[in-house]
Amino acid sequence: MAANATPLLEVKDLHGHYGESHVLHGMTFDVHPGEVVTLLGRNGAGKTTTMRAIMGLLRKRAGSIRYQGTETVGLQPNKIARLGIAICPEERGIFASLSVRENLLLPPVVLPGGLTVDEVHELFPRLEERRNSQGTKLSGGEQQMLAIARILRTGAKLLLLDEPSEGLAPVIVQHIGQIIRDLKKKGFTVLLVEQNFHFASTVADRHYVVEHGRVVDMVPNDKIAENAARLEAFLGV
Amino acid sequence: MFELLGIPPQALFGQLLLGLINGAFYAMLSLGLAVIFGLLNVINFTHGAQYMMGAFGAWMLLNYAGIPFWGALVLSPIIVAIIGMVIERTLLKRLYHLDHLYGLLLTFGLALILEGLFRRQYGSSGLPYNNPLPGGTNLGFMFLPNYRAFVVVASLVVCIATWYVIERTKLGSYLRAATERPDLVQAFGIDVPRMITLTYGFGVGLAALAGVLAAPAYQVSPTMGSNLIIVVFAVVVIGGMGSIMGAILTGFGLGIVEGLTKVFYPEASSTVIFVIMAIVLMVKPAGLFGTAK
Repeated sequence: MAANATPLLEVKDLHGHYGESHVLHGMTFDVHPGEVVTLLGRNGAGKTTTMRAIMGLLRKRAGSIRYQGTETVGLQPNKIARLGIAICPEERGIFASLSVRENLLLPPVVLPGGLTVDEVHELFPRLEERRNSQGTKLSGGEQQMLAIARILRTGAKLLLLDEPSEGLAPVIVQHIGQIIRDLKKKGFTVLLVEQNFHFASTVADRHYVVEHGRVVDMVPNDKIAENAARLEAFLGV
Repeated sequence: MFELLGIPPQALFGQLLLGLINGAFYAMLSLGLAVIFGLLNVINFTHGAQYMMGAFGAWMLLNYAGIPFWGALVLSPIIVAIIGMVIERTLLKRLYHLDHLYGLLLTFGLALILEGLFRRQYGSSGLPYNNPLPGGTNLGFMFLPNYRAFVVVASLVVCIATWYVIERTKLGSYLRAATERPDLVQAFGIDVPRMITLTYGFGVGLAALAGVLAAPAYQVSPTMGSNLIIVVFAVVVIGGMGSIMGAILTGFGLGIVEGLTKVFYPEASSTVIFVIMAIVLMVKPAGLFGTAK
């Protein structure tokens, strides 16, 4: 990635707490416009917590998170969303009391330039077929599609995708990989949390390796082959 | 057939209408409680006092400002809702991260304070409020007083409109989603704390509106809320906490059941709702329309 470009997201010495337990110990990394970047690491390394901290869902956070130069530590989640960041949470967060269509239309448009509903349906035809179903009646894969689809309309430029491949059949994981590559082509910037680095290597430009709440290494995707053995050992796969 | 049972139709339909009126108040009050509980997770024990304040608001607007019933029907709920929103902003919002019990204790304490203040100022004997729609229609089988018919229709319209907004509109989809996952809805860019304040204001406004409607039908008294609210909580338990349609149907349904009990077995009329509550709790602990959390 060009070193002279200003990062879209710049995380510096980020600390985070859940109650009394100190989970993030000085996370530092950045994401440039148009990049797909992963946070790789084992369960409990602090990847999801980092996502929650960026979104403002983790209240006890210290350090610096700059988005397009704006400091967001201290902002409420709704203010952070309005800057152009959107999250697809690990548990997907599909609302049971809303239909598929209501789920899709729920996140308000925060900035111009998002996809139209028709463009979203082009990417996810299945969601149009099932638009009147209850949100949680969808299969796991469809719920994952819906969770990604609904944040594409909002005009958010930075998408936080938390383990979109988790618990899904290989063919659906491939489909989601294709969608992430499409999103990159459309100009979205993606921060991806993954444990599955084989999947991550098919979509990402760079990988940050996270352990015990800090970044311990950065591997560009074109160097992933020579680092594969080390990464596998590290992730314990 | 009625004569066979020894009950004149006048008495039957008269009680049925009274039951329907009570049901209208149960429905409006339990609807407000259900909306507030759904989003705030607070069991609003101040609800009865806010209903009473709605009635007193109408009385004060008339006697101090000369504003008649129809003006008070709009103004009093708005004023009481604003007072409610101030209470939410200054007191209730500090309790959301704590157990339900704290919200219950705070709102119960507030209810006692409000009731005490009104009793000190206006005594406990009750104040009259003139019927704005005197007269009635003879339907042949019964006499239908105009104001009672108005109360039933107005309450039905308000309940159905509330149901429609919550279940069928975009605004309602925010409310439903925030009831499930307020954090995620806020992370999509919606100002959930403001939504909570407005929702509390709306629920309180509904209680006050019921209070204004009750002023001409009953007396305006400081204890009118605490007498009613115990029954309304039983209605909410039977319908199931958090269900909108459940609150409406159970409210009207139990009002009618209570009215019919007055005809066929008057001795049980004040306890029948609690008997039903006990049975429902044994058979369906989450309530008729509720889902177990």
